[in-house]
Amino acid sequence: MSTDTVTNATSTPDVEQPWAELGLKPDEYQRIRDILDRRPTSCELAMYSVMWSEHCSYKSSKVHLKRFGEIPQETPAGKMLAGIGENAGVIDIGEGYAVTFKVESHNHPSYVEPYQGAATGVGGIVRDIIAMGARPVAVMDPLRFGPLDAPDTKRVLPGIVSGIGGYGNSLGLPNIGGEVVFDPTYIGNPLVNALCVGVMRHEDLHLANATGVGNQMILYGAKTGGDGIGGVSILASETFAEGGPTKRPAVQVGDPFMEKLLIECTLELFAAKVVEGIQDLGGGGLSCATSELASAGDGGMRVSLDKVPLRDASLSPEEILMSESQERMMACVTPANVEEFLKICAKWDVQADVIGEVTDTGRLEIDWHGERVVDVLPETVAHEGPVYNRPFARPSWQDELQADGAEKLPRATTADELRATLLQLIASPNLCDKSWVTDQYDRYVLGNSVLAQPEDSGMIRVDETSGLGVAVSTDCNGRFTKLDPYTGAKLALAESFRNVATTGARPVAVSDCLNFGSPEDPDVMWQFTEAIRGLVDGCKELGIPVTGGNVSFYNQTGDVAILPTPVIGVLGVIDDVTRRTPIGFTGEMEGHQLYLLGETAEELSGSEWAHVVHSHLGGRPPAVDLAAEQQLADILINASRDGLIDAAHDVSDGGVAQTLVESALRGGVGARVWAPDNLDPFLFLFAESAGRAVVAVPRTEEVRFTDMCTARRFPHTKIGVITGDTLDVQDQFEIPLTELREVWSATLPAALG
Amino acid sequence: MKVGVVTFPGSLDDADARRAAAVAGAEAVALWHADADLHGVDAVVLPGGFSYGDYLRAGAISRFAPVMETIIKKAGEGLPVLGICNGFQVLCESHLLPGALIKNSLRKFVCRDQVLRIENNTTAWTSDYDANHEITIVLKNQDGSFVADEATLDRLEGEGRVVARYVDNPNGSYRDIAGITNERGNVVGLMPHPEHAVETLTGPTTDGLGFFTSVLKAVVAS
Repeated sequence: MSTDTVTNATSTPDVEQPWAELGLKPDEYQRIRDILDRRPTSCELAMYSVMWSEHCSYKSSKVHLKRFGEIPQETPAGKMLAGIGENAGVIDIGEGYAVTFKVESHNHPSYVEPYQGAATGVGGIVRDIIAMGARPVAVMDPLRFGPLDAPDTKRVLPGIVSGIGGYGNSLGLPNIGGEVVFDPTYIGNPLVNALCVGVMRHEDLHLANATGVGNQMILYGAKTGGDGIGGVSILASETFAEGGPTKRPAVQVGDPFMEKLLIECTLELFAAKVVEGIQDLGGGGLSCATSELASAGDGGMRVSLDKVPLRDASLSPEEILMSESQERMMACVTPANVEEFLKICAKWDVQADVIGEVTDTGRLEIDWHGERVVDVLPETVAHEGPVYNRPFARPSWQDELQADGAEKLPRATTADELRATLLQLIASPNLCDKSWVTDQYDRYVLGNSVLAQPEDSGMIRVDETSGLGVAVSTDCNGRFTKLDPYTGAKLALAESFRNVATTGARPVAVSDCLNFGSPEDPDVMWQFTEAIRGLVDGCKELGIPVTGGNVSFYNQTGDVAILPTPVIGVLGVIDDVTRRTPIGFTGEMEGHQLYLLGETAEELSGSEWAHVVHSHLGGRPPAVDLAAEQQLADILINASRDGLIDAAHDVSDGGVAQTLVESALRGGVGARVWAPDNLDPFLFLFAESAGRAVVAVPRTEEVRFTDMCTARRFPHTKIGVITGDTLDVQDQFEIPLTELREVWSATLPAALG
Repeated sequence: MKVGVVTFPGSLDDADARRAAAVAGAEAVALWHADADLHGVDAVVLPGGFSYGDYLRAGAISRFAPVMETIIKKAGEGLPVLGICNGFQVLCESHLLPGALIKNSLRKFVCRDQVLRIENNTTAWTSDYDANHEITIVLKNQDGSFVADEATLDRLEGEGRVVARYVDNPNGSYRDIAGITNERGNVVGLMPHPEHAVETLTGPTTDGLGFFTSVLKAVVAS
C-alpha cells in the first residue's frame, strides 16, 4: 500500500476513510476536514481519532471538570507547584520536598485481559509520576468487581490482582492501600484504578513541553510494537456490546523490567540536567506525546517516524502513531546534551533514538521516509477536540429509589440475632479480610512503609532524618453515590479525608478517578454532574484543592451502568511519622479507654447491613457534615501529635461493629464495649453515620483527651475498654477473637482458592 | 568496615540492604553490576529484586555480570557474601550454593511476616543469633521454593548447612529450608528479607538486624 501523504490527501479529496471504525462521529470527521481545509491523511486521521477519543479529550466531561478550577489552588501545607493539566499535580509538603500523586483508571483493558490490563495500568500511572521529575515511592489500587460468587469474577479478579502485583512488585514500589469492593453492577465492568505517589525536591520539578528551536526530540525506552493499537479509542470510549467481536489485540502488554530501568534512567537524566521536558507515552502513544509536547511548547515539531525503533518491522506509519506499546518516554533535549543523554540511557541498557526536533513553524510535521504524512497545528489535535454539552437530567427513578429507605427493614433485636448479624457481615465480601489480595503485593520494598493496608491510610516516610511523611487513602461508597450522587461524592471525600486524619496526617490535596456509565445516557450524565458539584463544594468547604484526576466513562453493559463511583484519593502530610496512629488494639494498650467520636443517627440506607442482609439499595445516604469532619480531623491529628491516643480507626462500611472487629484482629487484643445510653444496640453496631471514629485513649491521658473534645464541643462517648481475647458487647453477646478471625478471613480463600 | 551492595538492572531491595548495613554500623557501598571492582568492601550483599526481569530463570543472567566474577573468586577466598531472595537465586545460579529456587507452591507472589528458626549460628552472617532462635522477618517472593535432590538435601542437613528453616512453610520449600550456607560458612543464601526488619517503624520487628551485626563481628574477627 502506498503512503497517504499530505500531497496525496490534497489531490484526492473524495477518498473514503474509515473514520467510523476509528470511533469518530460524522460531525467530528467533518470538523477535522474543516480544520485542515482538506481531508486528513490516514496518519492524521489516526492521530485525531486517538486524541479526540473520550479517554484523551475528556470531550463529555471537560465542561464540568472546569469547575475544579473554582477551588482555591492552595493547600493547607502551602502553594501548589503544578496543578490540573500537568501529568500530575505537585504539592509543597515542606522541608524543600514536593509530592505528586495521581489516580487513573484502566478499567476496560482489565476486563478484556485482566493481567496485562491491570499491569499496564500500574505502569502508566508510574510513568506519569516520573515524567514530573519525581521518584515514585508507593502505589495503591482501588478495585471494584462483580459479586464474589459470579463466574466472571473468578476470571477477572485473580488476573487483575496478579497483574498489579506482577508489575508493581517488579518495579520495587510498595503497594500500601486501596480498596476491594464487590457489587453486581461491576459484572462485565470491573474497575481497576491505579494511584501512584512520587516525591521530589522542589528544584527537581519538570513540566512536559518541547521548547527551544533546534532542540532534539528523543524517544527512549521500549521499542514500538503492535500492541495497544487504538486501545484508547476502541476500548475506553465504547461500551462493550453482547456478542461483539473480541477486542483483545487492542490491550497493551507490559514489561516491568523495562519500566524499572526507565525509572532509574529518567531520574538520572533529570539529575544530570540533560533534559528540558519529558512526557510519558501512555494512552494515545506517539500521537499524544508529539501533539501535547508540541502544543505545550513555543514552536513546532518535526518528527521522522521511520526513525522510531520497531519491534515489528511491518507496522505502518498509522499504526506506529497509534501504538500504545508500554514503557516509552519522549524527551526534549538541547543538541549539546544529546551525547550525555544517550550515554546515560546506554548505562541503563535503554534504547534511545533522536526522532525529531523543535521547529519554529508552529506546526507538527511528521515524515515517513522523507514524505510528509502529517502537517497539522498541534493544538488542534491535543486540545481543540470536540466538547460536548451532553444532556443530563435527574433520572425518573431517583425519587422512588430515595423513598425506599432501608430504615424500615426488619432488624436484629435479640442478642443472638445481633451476634449472627455481626458474623454474617464480617464474612461478607466487602467487609471480610482482604489479605488474599494484598499478600500478593510487596508492601515493604524501599523500607519506608510506615503504614499499609489494612490501616486506614497508607503512610510513607519521606525523610529519614526529620520523619516527614505522607499518608494517602482512597475511598468511595458507590451505593451512597447511587442514592444521591451529590451527597455520595461528598461522603467519599469525607471518608478519604477522615482516613488520612485518623492516622495522624493533615489532609492537603485530592486526586480523583471518576468512574461512570455512558455519558450518552442523561441519567449517568446527571450522576456525573452531581458528583462533581459535590466534590467541588466539598473541597471548597475543607479547603483542599483537586490536583488532578481522571474520568472513565462507558463503564456499562447494555443499559446497566455501574454504580457511580467517584474514587477519591486524599493525600496528607505528617511532620513526624513516628507519631502515626495505627488501627490495632495491641497488648500494650490493655486497659485503654475506647471512645466513639461523632454522632450516630438512624442511618441504614445504602449500608452494608442493608446490602448483605436484605440485598436492598434505597433511601438516602447518611448526612454529611464537612465542618464536623474537619473538627474530627483536628482532634485526631492533635491527639496523635500530643500522644493522647494510641490507636484510632474510622467508622464507615459496616459501622462500629466492623471498626471494633478490625482493630481487635489487627492488634490481637479484644474489647469490652457497650452501647451508649439512648442508642439502640443495633444502631450502635451497624449504623453507618459519617464523621465518626473509635479511638483508644490511655487512662493517663483520658482527662486531657476528653477536655480537648469538650473544648471543641465535639461529641465523644466512652464505649468501652481494650481487654481480653474476645469482643464482648455488654448485655448482648461475646465472641472470641479466634472465631471472629476464622469467619472474617475465610471468605476470599474459600471463593478464590 | 564496608559492606558492598550490588545493584543489577532490576534490583529492588538494594537501597534497603544499604540502609540495614548502615543501621548495623557499617559503611554501605553501592556496587554496580558492570564494574568488576569491589572497591575494597569487607562483605557483599546481593539484594532482592527481579534482576533482568527474571524472565529466563531468576538470577540466571545476573550470574554472568562482571561483578559476579570477582565475587565468585573472592567468596572462594572467604569473603562474606549474603544473597537475599533474588540474591539467593543468583548464588545458586553461580554454583556458590547448591540447589535451586522455583515458583512458590501456591503459584502466587507471597508477602507476609514470616517466622524462621535459625539452625546454624556459626556462619559469618548468623553468629549474633542463638541456635534455634525464632525470628520474624519479611517474606516476599514469587520464586521462593527451595529444591534440591535428596542426596544434596541430606548432605546439607548432615553438614549443618541449613541456616534457617520456615516455621509454617509458605512456599513449598523442601524440608522447610529458608536459607543455606557453603562449607566454609561465609556464603549464605536466604529467601526471606532481613533487611526489611531492622526498624520497628517500617518493619514487623528488628529481628533481621542480626545478619548485619554478625558480619561486622566476623570481619573484625578475621
